Amino acid sequence: MRLRRLQLGLWVAAIAAMIIFAGTKWATQGEGVAETGPAFTPVFTLADEEGRIRTSAEFRGKFLLVFFGFTNCPDVCPTTLSDVAQVMDDLGADAEKVQPLFVSIDPERDRRLGLAAYTAAFHPAILGLAGTEAETQAAANSFKIFYGRENDAAAPDGYSMAHSPGLFLIGPDGEWLRQFTYGTPAADILSDLQSRF
Amino acid sequence: MKHFLLAAALILSAPAVMACETVTIGDLTIEHAWSKATIGAGRPGVFYVEITNAGSVDDALIGIATPAAGMPMLHETVVQDGIASMPHAMSIPVPAGQNVQLSPGGYHGMLMGLTTALKEGDSFPVTLSFEKAGEVTVNVDVLSLRAEGPDCADAGQ
Repeated sequence: MRLRRLQLGLWVAAIAAMIIFAGTKWATQGEGVAETGPAFTPVFTLADEEGRIRTSAEFRGKFLLVFFGFTNCPDVCPTTLSDVAQVMDDLGADAEKVQPLFVSIDPERDRRLGLAAYTAAFHPAILGLAGTEAETQAAANSFKIFYGRENDAAAPDGYSMAHSPGLFLIGPDGEWLRQFTYGTPAADILSDLQSRF
Repeated sequence: MKHFLLAAALILSAPAVMACETVTIGDLTIEHAWSKATIGAGRPGVFYVEITNAGSVDDALIGIATPAAGMPMLHETVVQDGIASMPHAMSIPVPAGQNVQLSPGGYHGMLMGLTTALKEGDSFPVTLSFEKAGEVTVNVDVLSLRAEGPDCADAGQ
């Protein structure tokens, strides 16, 4: 009888452990790839192409499409910025409700290479921001995204940047709404935005 | 007048000449080579192409060379755990009977040290080196910065 009670207790413990394990696994799986999550309000203070300090607070009232990238990136960044440009074109009159931001994760080099010419080449609506290292790291932390420098002797200047390639949507009240994972077609981003106006 | 006509003929024929060249070497067919316009020459250009291996022997693309860039290399965009990075690809497998695409978000040629900015409508040659088939040169069309795929009537994308 005692043994049976112990057996039962072990079974209960085992099942509980399985549930907890599955629960945490499910929760961590969502990290990084989650398209929606608990509400938070990312903030940033970064200099724009002309050196003026811009903050997240000044964009309240608009949807923000935020991409963290670097201008020396030949594949991922142009592809995403092209999608953003297409979305801005297709929004028509609603374009004024959306502010696309390109946040440089390689600010020193990007300022040297010219940020304004880069963003304008994709779409004049895209605003390029390049802060200090500390400001950039703070912005990335606030958006809960990762970037890092990878030394690579074969890359221009001896390094390349690894980064979260998602496109982040921030609501008019500053709240993080979702991310569009890398490769989301412009048409899908467009229809998501249009459903929110 | 003669010169004018010659010039006009050259200009008119130019787009047809550069558009979507297909070259073959051995069992390999190389087509849909394209690139994107760059903003100045200070940033790297990109090179995309499609390779079909109709033979029964595996091959691999092991390098690219072009007069358009001082340091062209093969790279692969890898998105792992939500982080994109761009490791150098030592070689890109071209297995027997298969079609391999260098395309946005995957394998691509990174053209560092551009000799001049790439402008939409330009074209430039790229020599591809294959482990077994050897070298072959293809003309690459420079498309708009916002192009998403090759601008060919028969392109499957």
